[in-house]
Amino acid sequence: MSVIPAALATATAVGGAGAAAGLVLPQRPRVPVVGVLTAGVGVAGGAAGVAALGGDRWADTLPGVLPLAGTYLAVDALAGLFMAVAGAVVAAVAVYGIGYAGGHGPHGLGSRTAQAVLPLFALTLVLVPVAASVSTFLVLWELMALASLLLVLAEHRERASVRQAGVWYAVMTHLGLVLLLIGLAVFAAEAGGETFAALRAGAHAVSPTVRGLVFVLIAAGFTSKAGAVPLHAWLPRAHPEAPSPVSALMSAAMVNLGIYGLVRTGLDLLGGGPAWWWLGLMTIGGASAVHGILQAAMASDLKRLLAYSTSENMGLVLIGVGASGLFAAYDDRPLAALALAAALLHVVNHAAFKALLFCAAGSVLRATGLRDLDRLGGLRAPMPATAGLFALAALGAVALPPGNGFISEWLLLQSLIHGLQVPGVAVAVVLPLSVALIALSAGIAAAVFVKALGVGFFARPRSRQASAAKESPPLMLAGMGLLAAACGALALVPGLLGDGLDRAVAATGLPGSGAVSGGGLNVRLADISASLSPLWLVAALTAALMLAAGLPRLYRRRRRRANARLWDCGGGPPTPRMAYTATSFAEPLQRVFDDILAPEQDVNVTPVRESTYLVERVRFQRRVPDRIEHRLYEPVLRALAGTGQAARRLAGGSVHLYLGYGFVGLVVLLLALAVGW
Amino acid sequence: MSAVGYAAVVGQIVVVGAGAPLLTGWMRQVRARLEGRAGAGVLQPWRDARKLLRKEPITPVGTGPAFRVAPALLVATTVVTAGLVPLLSTDTPVSTHADLIVVVALIALGTLALALAGLDSGTAFGGMGASREMTVAALVEPTILLSVFALSIPSGTTNLPAIVDGAVDEPARLASPAGLLATAALAVAVLAETGRIPVDNPSTHLELTMIHEAMVLEYAGPDLALVELGSQMRLTLLLGLLSSLFVPWGIATDVSWAALAVALVLFAAKVAVLGAVLAAAEVFCAKVRLFRVPELLAGSFLLALLAVTASYFLSGAS
Repeated sequence: MSVIPAALATATAVGGAGAAAGLVLPQRPRVPVVGVLTAGVGVAGGAAGVAALGGDRWADTLPGVLPLAGTYLAVDALAGLFMAVAGAVVAAVAVYGIGYAGGHGPHGLGSRTAQAVLPLFALTLVLVPVAASVSTFLVLWELMALASLLLVLAEHRERASVRQAGVWYAVMTHLGLVLLLIGLAVFAAEAGGETFAALRAGAHAVSPTVRGLVFVLIAAGFTSKAGAVPLHAWLPRAHPEAPSPVSALMSAAMVNLGIYGLVRTGLDLLGGGPAWWWLGLMTIGGASAVHGILQAAMASDLKRLLAYSTSENMGLVLIGVGASGLFAAYDDRPLAALALAAALLHVVNHAAFKALLFCAAGSVLRATGLRDLDRLGGLRAPMPATAGLFALAALGAVALPPGNGFISEWLLLQSLIHGLQVPGVAVAVVLPLSVALIALSAGIAAAVFVKALGVGFFARPRSRQASAAKESPPLMLAGMGLLAAACGALALVPGLLGDGLDRAVAATGLPGSGAVSGGGLNVRLADISASLSPLWLVAALTAALMLAAGLPRLYRRRRRRANARLWDCGGGPPTPRMAYTATSFAEPLQRVFDDILAPEQDVNVTPVRESTYLVERVRFQRRVPDRIEHRLYEPVLRALAGTGQAARRLAGGSVHLYLGYGFVGLVVLLLALAVGW
Repeated sequence: MSAVGYAAVVGQIVVVGAGAPLLTGWMRQVRARLEGRAGAGVLQPWRDARKLLRKEPITPVGTGPAFRVAPALLVATTVVTAGLVPLLSTDTPVSTHADLIVVVALIALGTLALALAGLDSGTAFGGMGASREMTVAALVEPTILLSVFALSIPSGTTNLPAIVDGAVDEPARLASPAGLLATAALAVAVLAETGRIPVDNPSTHLELTMIHEAMVLEYAGPDLALVELGSQMRLTLLLGLLSSLFVPWGIATDVSWAALAVALVLFAAKVAVLGAVLAAAEVFCAKVRLFRVPELLAGSFLLALLAVTASYFLSGAS
């Protein structure tokens, strides 16, 4: 008896019970009961994922569930990896969510609708990788999108901007769905079957042109879900406006499924493809990484900053997936396996630190009601635990040792650096550029998180709300503690994941890379002489830190630290308004990337009425718009609106005209049938 | 074997730690003489450090744990890096851990700690320094990693002792176009990372042009001593790294006390020469405007990119 079906059945039952409980229970017990059941979904789904990573496989067909098509389910190690990540994130965030929604009253996340949908969203996050046919996959995918849309809209009473974000998200996610639907339908029609097994078997018989078309459509759909440019516009809107636990689920679990879909269809079902597919994917990845992190550097809204950082990290993952496909296309399969392992490990690491970052941002939002870094500050004194957890997660996000993000970026860089063995001029040009883009995004990421931590949590409070902040309730801290433990484990002993990661890579048909296998403490690459042992590094750093801290003791006995005033240039004590804000911190970077970011600034000078030389008021305004959005979306939106306006003239109000339209339509249809078929 | 190996690691840390103030004193002295001044003597940084270490530790009001930990963390990252980089010997017990990317990341970690401390002080100067330092660090990163890439191509690994060993065995690698371009790119990156002219002026007292000094303006006493020691060690270490990569002769590749002693003397000589050259160059250059620094770094990035592509196209891989 396999663990997987039992765990999946449990997850589904518990998720259903959670949804029912959210609908029927009164306000007071609703949040804790639904929270516990949602955590149950996460634990059960995660258990199924871990079992699959352990080498278990399972497949089944439920003919009665979806009419006409039937439901096909299968779990292999690749699906297991994404299920385990989603399950772990769901479990920890659900615990956090009990504390978060508890303080929110009957609206927002604690409302009946939101609490009924939350377990369903958790369930779909776990179940999407289980789907093993096109129709099952698309149904679950759409359920996930709808559930998340309802959750994004949970706080619509509190802010008008939530509704706008909801519209953007609804439109873009359905645009993505349409692309996927077309792509997968064409693929299924050409391959002669809609189950994944049939697609895999029939993929080689499909003509190269159709395969290319299918890949382009599918890649557009999946990268949109992953928040990669240019179809990313929903992400920086929806993630900040959603309640923080939902942001954490979306950013740490949902966007991963875009990567899952891409790996599953691109590498597994289509069985790889020519180099141009993967070069395109790497271009998208590189552009997302740099664009995302630059926008994050400009953002002073904490949650918007984190959302753009998600876009950056998914860009890095896409570079890894693209490199993997590229190496496979040139038949260097061990290197392809290494690149894919790096990408998948980065998905895991990103999920851990980004869930924690969003939860910590949620705690700040709950304690102060502020997301604006310029008005925060000084939170390390009233909220020491939250500040510490944010710092830990930020260390993962900046990809420096001893954070967890460093290990996956190191693997990714190693795979790219050794990729020059692969022949081809395109490779020789693209790989160095990718390394440079990864390095640039890592460098700017360091500035971004120094800004978020240093301006948001350090120095002194810049507003009344920030100085009145209080530490979060224990359940929120417990949820964040779970995520922090995951970050720590991934940073110190990535080998724990080893064999599972190998099996996940092997599920796509590549040989296992053995990069972090063996349960050992070291990350060692088989074909390449390079190794990394995070635990050794931490030990060395700790020893050196004690040495350095002890150095001053050689010269004097231990003395109490004396307090002194800050240097104020003799002008009286500096006020918090003199401290650097997030906007001023980002100003040099904005100037450096002026040509790319194209900021808009506006100075309004109002003179005193009698004289043009005396100024009454000066108003200065600066925005850094998302330029891709500016250039790509606005013309399309304008054209659509223009077409709509023009089409109004067709509806003149005359019944005869409408009857005429019907007649012409019928004639055209009949002609088409007569001539074409 | 292991005794010599451990001695080499300890020797590297000690020579960087104890030699760093001397190198700074030496560079100031060279500079002073070229400018026609008598100079304070090579030992002056040592005397400064001793004086600062004896003072009472000061915590400015309003600063937090990050401000207090950062100096020790800066020194700690430099100490670990000094142990890893093959300055004296390529055959040490830690040589398997000496990955070039790890070394670069550890140095960046020290920068990041100081920037956070600058913001933690809550003053305008601290924030300004942190903001500028992180901007420069972000722009240097691509150059450094591309140079790493270029250096790792001939030996097929990013492991530093292996790269140095390879260069000792096959000196032609150093004179190849890729090697020379990578040297030039990395040299500019080192100038930026250590805050030397033309990127930053280490002896400035004008707050508005400061980068590094603005960030650490609030430090005093033993903390300031650690910050100064940390930056001096970084300069020594990075000059040492440059010399190991591009003038690797003399570094002990086998385990013997004699080789280690020779390596020690040669290391001191190489770093002293590099330091003197740097100090002399600084006399004739001015610091560039902060917003011209990106142009300089873009130039070095281009050199690094050329280094990678050159090593690909010229090494006959095609």
